[in-house]
Amino acid sequence: MGMLDNKVAVITGAGSGMGKVASIRFAREGAKIVVADVSGAEEETVGEIRDLGGDAVAAHVDVTQEADIKSMIDVALSNFGRLDVLYNNAGILGEASIAECSAELFDQVVAVNLKGVFLGVKYGIPAMLETGGGSIINTSSIAGFQGIPGTVAYCAAKAGVILVTKTAALEYATQNIRVNAICPGAVWTGMTIRIYGDTEMGQKEASAAQPTGRVAKPEEIASVALFLASDASSYVTGTAIPVDGAWTAGIALPVYDE
Amino acid sequence: MGKLDGKVALVTGATSGIGEVTARLFAAEGATVVVSGRNVERGSTIADDIARQGGTAMFVKADVCKTEDVQAMVRATVDTYGGLHVLFNNAGISGDTAPTTECTEENWDAVVDTSLKGTFLGMKYGIPAMLKTGGGSIINNSSNSGVVGFPGLPAYSAAKGGIVILTKTTALECAKQGIRVNVICAGTVVTPMVRQFMASNEGMQQYLESRTPMGRLGTPEEFAQLALFLASDDSAWCTGASHILDGGMLAV
Repeated sequence: MGMLDNKVAVITGAGSGMGKVASIRFAREGAKIVVADVSGAEEETVGEIRDLGGDAVAAHVDVTQEADIKSMIDVALSNFGRLDVLYNNAGILGEASIAECSAELFDQVVAVNLKGVFLGVKYGIPAMLETGGGSIINTSSIAGFQGIPGTVAYCAAKAGVILVTKTAALEYATQNIRVNAICPGAVWTGMTIRIYGDTEMGQKEASAAQPTGRVAKPEEIASVALFLASDASSYVTGTAIPVDGAWTAGIALPVYDE
Repeated sequence: MGKLDGKVALVTGATSGIGEVTARLFAAEGATVVVSGRNVERGSTIADDIARQGGTAMFVKADVCKTEDVQAMVRATVDTYGGLHVLFNNAGISGDTAPTTECTEENWDAVVDTSLKGTFLGMKYGIPAMLKTGGGSIINNSSNSGVVGFPGLPAYSAAKGGIVILTKTTALECAKQGIRVNVICAGTVVTPMVRQFMASNEGMQQYLESRTPMGRLGTPEEFAQLALFLASDDSAWCTGASHILDGGMLAV
């Protein structure tokens, strides 16, 4: 018996990283998956899910495009007849300090990370209401809580995701739609690897800054998303959950490092 | 296959309410459970119940305000079951309802001793046992009142706020040692303690429901599901964090 038996889930940014791993985990727990991505890698994730005996369909989606989001929701309804879980996960980093961040880059990061979430929520909710409700999970970041030099647009967009989450949660609280945000810390995915380099040294460097002395595997984010997607979290809504190995818990003093 | 197969879990305040329901769920998910509390009759019945349903459990009488009780509780766990993987510091009391100027020193001490000092003692003596076991997960029970003020419950709010920062501090101390520490901040969960609080304050239930966006109060089962998630390996990257369980109350 899976935690998501008989549920239908749409996951954006599901061609790679956290979205891909979550797609596979959700499918293992019994959900039928719409694998959405703009990269073209969505077919590959679908293939892996089918190899496991799961049910999935690909959707080529640019989350900044309203028409794409609408058709993504339609893919869920036309293929699987309902929508129970929407995981708005697609995001880009767009590293640039304030002085170096062009207005175009700012717009692009906000369009993918923030407007993409808004559009997902906007078009996902009516579909969920048709079948009595559902659970929406938005990918924010610890960058939604604290500033990180060199990622101004990313931080602004991720903070915005938290408040879109809370607002949507309040608007639909009595209609059995829950909306929560996951705020990951350092996860060893393509985005992080691009910063530190795909080497043992890169991973070591990324790990050194962490209170736990390591970075997370995408599976460790997917398991939190699974909890939020499932009925086990039925009283959890409007929250922004740090999943960060204590990154935002406080100031890690080296005195206790062993 | 249970989510806590092979793990030993110690739950304080497990003779009623959230602690009882969580202890039962942990056992159903495969954990060996130590039911701890002050009420011998209730605690023994719960442990027997769990055993009757095919689980493994024992009751250990302990007052979490007392160092020697907490030490003995941890020792009994390790001596009987060989280790400690999950510690749920749940014991707490809400105390009298009275504003700060009317809150007696006795009430302050009783509430802070049980909720805050009890959590401190649980971790102080639980962590060494967990380290010997190879790591584990600690779950502390704070409240929405540990995040925002709650007029009429100054001692409770202060103790619960203290638990949030104690959790973060201990999480950072243990981050490299394989021990995770998280805290649950619940809104109104209908337990015997909360029922009594609502019964003794007219209109309180309606007020709390009206202040909860979902329009209903939480259940101990919903709390237990979050505790299970934090106890299990599904939350392997969660530590030092507050987990809100409140039907949207704090989203406002």
